[in-house]
Amino acid sequence: MSRVNPVLGKIEEKYSRQDLPDFRVGDTLRVHAKIKEGNRERIQVFEGVCIRKRNRGISSTFTVRKMSYGIGVEKIFPVHSPVIDTIEIRMRGKVRRAKLYYLRQRRGRSARIKSKKY
Amino acid sequence: MIKQGILGKKVGMTQIFDDKGNRVPVTVIKAGPNVVLDVKTSDKHGYTAVQLGFDDQREQRINKPDLGKFLKVDVTPKKFIKEIRVDEIPEDYKAGKELTVSDVFKVGDPIDVTGYSKGKGFQGVIKRYHFSSSVSTHGTHEFFRHGGSVGTSLDPSRIIKGQKMPGRMGNKKVTIQNLKIAAIDKDENLIMVRGSVPGHQNGYLVIRYAAKKRVYI
Repeated sequence: MSRVNPVLGKIEEKYSRQDLPDFRVGDTLRVHAKIKEGNRERIQVFEGVCIRKRNRGISSTFTVRKMSYGIGVEKIFPVHSPVIDTIEIRMRGKVRRAKLYYLRQRRGRSARIKSKKY
Repeated sequence: MIKQGILGKKVGMTQIFDDKGNRVPVTVIKAGPNVVLDVKTSDKHGYTAVQLGFDDQREQRINKPDLGKFLKVDVTPKKFIKEIRVDEIPEDYKAGKELTVSDVFKVGDPIDVTGYSKGKGFQGVIKRYHFSSSVSTHGTHEFFRHGGSVGTSLDPSRIIKGQKMPGRMGNKKVTIQNLKIAAIDKDENLIMVRGSVPGHQNGYLVIRYAAKKRVYI
């Protein structure tokens, strides 16, 4: 992570994470997030399509959208958050947009994303 | 515990994650190493305070009387010198002692930060005093951001003192109270304060233990 101010850059480096896989908008992800209930910690998996990546250094976030019992649910995760345990990439998607907001208007077959061949 | 203070310099803002995984917006302050230049005692001076110096200055930029002060305590000349009032002088404080962040503060301490706010130049009343602007329709012309009438009638036939008018804004001494220290970097002498502090980057700041301490939830 590069930043003009070297002091701030060093702090951000300390808090940033490099261990997560490189994913792109359109990919179907399984985000394993740590959740605290009282004093017990468990892992919750949120599976859906990454519809947005906001690249802002340490403040970067990404949004995952899934359909839950017929209702669209979106969750915004900070990329460098220690809450994220792991990210699995289920499918690489083939998309032509940087932000997939059009998926919000679509349901069923038309909301699918073609998988990318590697 | 003695409420102490330290001098510093604003580096800039960023965000960090706390141990619960929450995002915390922080201002990074380079605080120290400070040098105790003088100790004022109630016996000798009538009040108790420590005089601190921060940020090295080249010798040729200091005039001779000031230079003498630095030579007396055998330190390099400092740019930013301030006195910080304390209830009592901490035991080992004496002229020439070097202070670091971890000597004065620990994580979670409430602090007051004083600095000079960013100068805004000559500003109108809408920006300066949050006046509301006039309606832009119904035939209004050339009267959108004016302050309206300032005066009174025949009695007292003068403008009352303290009337809010356009003028210089910012570049004033501002203190933000009850900020919280989110993290401390001992080796680099950095304080990370939750929230924002007055002034521009590289602006000098006085960081004191909060005068009106509040409990954080």
